[in-house]
Amino acid sequence: MIQVSGLRKSYGGTVALDGVDLNVRQGEVYGVVGQSGAGKSTLLRCVNLLERPSAGTVTVAGQDLTALRGKDLNRARQRIGMIHQHFALLSSRTVAGNVSFPLEVMGVPRAERRRRVGELLDLVGLGGRGGDHPHQLSGGQKQRVGIARALAGNPSVLLSDEATSALDPGTTQSILALLRRLNAELGLTILLITHEMDVVKSICDSVAIMSGGRVEESGPIGDLIRTPGSRLTREIFPLPDPAPAGSVTLTFTGDPRQPLVSEAVRKFDVDVSILGGSIEDLAGGSVGRLRVAFSGEQVPAALTYLRERGLLVETS
Amino acid sequence: MTWDEMAPLLWEATWQTGVMVGWAAVFTVLLGLPLGVALVVFDRGGLRPLPVLKSILGVIVNVGRSLPFIVLMIAIIPFTRLVVGTTIGTAAVVVPLTVGAVPFFARLVETALREVDRDVIQAAQAMGAGRGAVVWKVLLPEALPGIVAGVTVTVVALIGYTAMAGTIGGGGLGDLAIRYGYQRFETAVMIVTVVVLIVIVQIMQSLGDLLARRLSHK
Repeated sequence: MIQVSGLRKSYGGTVALDGVDLNVRQGEVYGVVGQSGAGKSTLLRCVNLLERPSAGTVTVAGQDLTALRGKDLNRARQRIGMIHQHFALLSSRTVAGNVSFPLEVMGVPRAERRRRVGELLDLVGLGGRGGDHPHQLSGGQKQRVGIARALAGNPSVLLSDEATSALDPGTTQSILALLRRLNAELGLTILLITHEMDVVKSICDSVAIMSGGRVEESGPIGDLIRTPGSRLTREIFPLPDPAPAGSVTLTFTGDPRQPLVSEAVRKFDVDVSILGGSIEDLAGGSVGRLRVAFSGEQVPAALTYLRERGLLVETS
Repeated sequence: MTWDEMAPLLWEATWQTGVMVGWAAVFTVLLGLPLGVALVVFDRGGLRPLPVLKSILGVIVNVGRSLPFIVLMIAIIPFTRLVVGTTIGTAAVVVPLTVGAVPFFARLVETALREVDRDVIQAAQAMGAGRGAVVWKVLLPEALPGIVAGVTVTVVALIGYTAMAGTIGGGGLGDLAIRYGYQRFETAVMIVTVVVLIVIVQIMQSLGDLLARRLSHK
């Protein structure tokens, strides 16, 4: 749905994006994470050409946006919704007026606009608040207005620029749940940037980790979790890094109640001490990560057994 | 001088001040608003960056603002004759008043427009709004409370400028104070004129503040 290839962006001497490739599939929630300054914000703003890339192409829904200018670009942008960290609502307009804004820009007639605004406010749970001004709303409600506004043009793609970073944890969860619901019900493809791993854990299907203007790793979360040495795994699971010498880190997907470790212990007569671990619920299912130290003569055989049973085994 | 003698003079002078300030304010807003918008839109990083044009406009505005009103009024007499066909009287004062106030007001508009949240402008662009829509639907409405405050300050400044209008026969309260209060030692006229001016400025400022507050939804 969104293809980014060879994207570069530099301002004078500083390079913000240094050759970024991204492939966001139809209907998925794709998260771009990284520290501030990693280039993720620039990347997002290049996707709808708020920033014109220095090189590379951006294709959204089959249309090469980098080739467009002026009115054609504006028309293409109407099909891409965007929500913002600080909501970016017009303080001079009511809630309904804000949601109506993109429809006015598109030239939708007044009666049609009114009907659509009502629908959108109901969709985000703000029916009846249309006459309020944004300053009368809480942060979470403002972001709901932002989401309603972003959906006004029936976009196929929603871009989210740190949309929950200014919200408290409870409100963050309710906004993420709303985005998940819109993703499921409308088939909306969502590309979001965030510095919060919790956002990735709760709603992302795929993720790209950025650092220094480059993508370090990217792909479906399940695949990355199963990749040895994955940075995503290290970010999600709070185990001491680097792992102590002689320890083994086991990552398991699927049913976490399978007694694989104790099976290995009994079968190969090894001892195990648990150094740390946790289970996280990710969008694709539960993933556990356990750091242990084995001792005994048949440790290599036990590790092989665990590998055969589908665990990712990393030794150090 | 008795009150009965003073009243018609005062009434006429107040009316003249009102006419001069009123017309000058109308023309100032009509010319200064687009100029203020231009200063923002053509700026580096603006909606349509034309830095050279912006610099030229900036210089013109600064020249206009660096002349004391009384000098400006005399200096542009040929221009005034060209526009209204005369160089004396109330109509002739409106021209220099407008020329003097436009740069002042344009800077106030510029400041008000720069206060508009960049995020909101970019959000509008992300929704496919073109330059015209951004100016009409975002910049101007969002900056309206600030622009109204700018109009208020400009009107008060215009009232001050009209004090000098007597020099070219424009009449008004300032002229009354100088001719009667100062040159004829009519202290009563001076005091009454000062009081009337203070009251007018207070009313203007209060009305402006009220309107700006009504329009602001922050």
